[in-house]
Amino acid sequence: MGARRLTASGMRLDQIVPDAGHVFAVFRQDTKNDTHVHVGDVHAPDHEMALVLAKEQFARRDPCVNLWAVRYVDVAATSYDDVDMFAPATDKSYRFGGSYREQQRTYRRR
Amino acid sequence: MTAAVEPVDNPEQLVAFETRLKAGDRVEAGEWMPARYRAECLRLIQMHANSELMGALPEREWIPRAPTLSRKMALVAKVQDEIGHAQLLYRIAEDLGKPRVQMIEELLAGTAKFHNVFHYPAETWADVIVIQVFVDGAAMQTQGSLRLCSYAPYARVLRRICYEEDFHIRLGIDGFKVLAEGTAAQRAMLQDALDRWWSPLMHFFGPHDQVSPHLETMMRWRIKVKSNDELRQQFLRQFVPLIQEYGLRLPDPGLAWDEQKGHYVYSEPDWEEFRRVIRGEGPRTRERLALRNRAHDQHRWVREAVAQWERAA
Repeated sequence: MGARRLTASGMRLDQIVPDAGHVFAVFRQDTKNDTHVHVGDVHAPDHEMALVLAKEQFARRDPCVNLWAVRYVDVAATSYDDVDMFAPATDKSYRFGGSYREQQRTYRRR
Repeated sequence: MTAAVEPVDNPEQLVAFETRLKAGDRVEAGEWMPARYRAECLRLIQMHANSELMGALPEREWIPRAPTLSRKMALVAKVQDEIGHAQLLYRIAEDLGKPRVQMIEELLAGTAKFHNVFHYPAETWADVIVIQVFVDGAAMQTQGSLRLCSYAPYARVLRRICYEEDFHIRLGIDGFKVLAEGTAAQRAMLQDALDRWWSPLMHFFGPHDQVSPHLETMMRWRIKVKSNDELRQQFLRQFVPLIQEYGLRLPDPGLAWDEQKGHYVYSEPDWEEFRRVIRGEGPRTRERLALRNRAHDQHRWVREAVAQWERAA
């Protein structure tokens, strides 16, 4: 059994990014309290040099505790054409806290 | 050069695209876009990238001659930021279909355009200050407005660029104050630089907008967000007070705030000069391109070392 396909037209970033084997997406973590966030890309022959260049380009001013460099060929992505799949199929208001606030108000009124 | 024949898009896709943009949606690399939209985005971003790279040169010339160590360090950092902007921009431009190497070659060969202001000499230290405050200030108007551009990768990169440009303007204003409050010689040097740069600054935003189907399409597609005249007025509103506040002479005797019209009136700059400069016949075009070519040649060994590194791995 192969991996289940998420959508009919998953996007291949390596088909968009020219020379995707040499382009690295850079993720920066500002503090240990933060998640890594994609801040841009660098062109490099390998991971080691990608990190050297990433430090120069994306960590020369703002705080940073950690960098990730990921080749574009290794990134799997959903397609923008398939944004519909993120739209809730049914009413999902129960997933939000808002409805419970009304409940609290009702109990307080008693 | 733009092809003479306009490529034909699938009409259904074009309608869907227009509807999406009208609803405020943005376009990502790899999504369908009209051929002309792609070409115009590429033209804009490539020109911006070239301008960042070429724009670093007038200031770079002053690194060895910066008046103090702290000014020198700040200038080195600023020049590095500009080169960094070029890297970010060429990176997203290549996703639109033109190889990065080709863009660099077009710049080196002098066949690609860069902003008019970078074709002029930086004669004194005051020129560096005027560039940092007014040239970056002018660029900030355009780039700030384009953060709303419909091409999402460009809009995202501009957020980072504007953040750093804002910092450069503050740096420039610090230097501006020192000269403006300094000796008579320092004030005279600043006034002279301002006078020489005024015309190129007025040119920077381009000629008056002519109502045309092209402009209408650019605005509808949000590849252009504000008109040339709007941006020029926005620039004047922000920076004329700075000149007046320090008792400097306005570089244009015809420049005045028109209370009734609610905008600045000014003398028309020489638009023939503007056309000459952007054709690549500016006072320093040749020297700057020679410097860019020299730097490219001097750094050849770096590119070769990187290639060898990869082969060895």
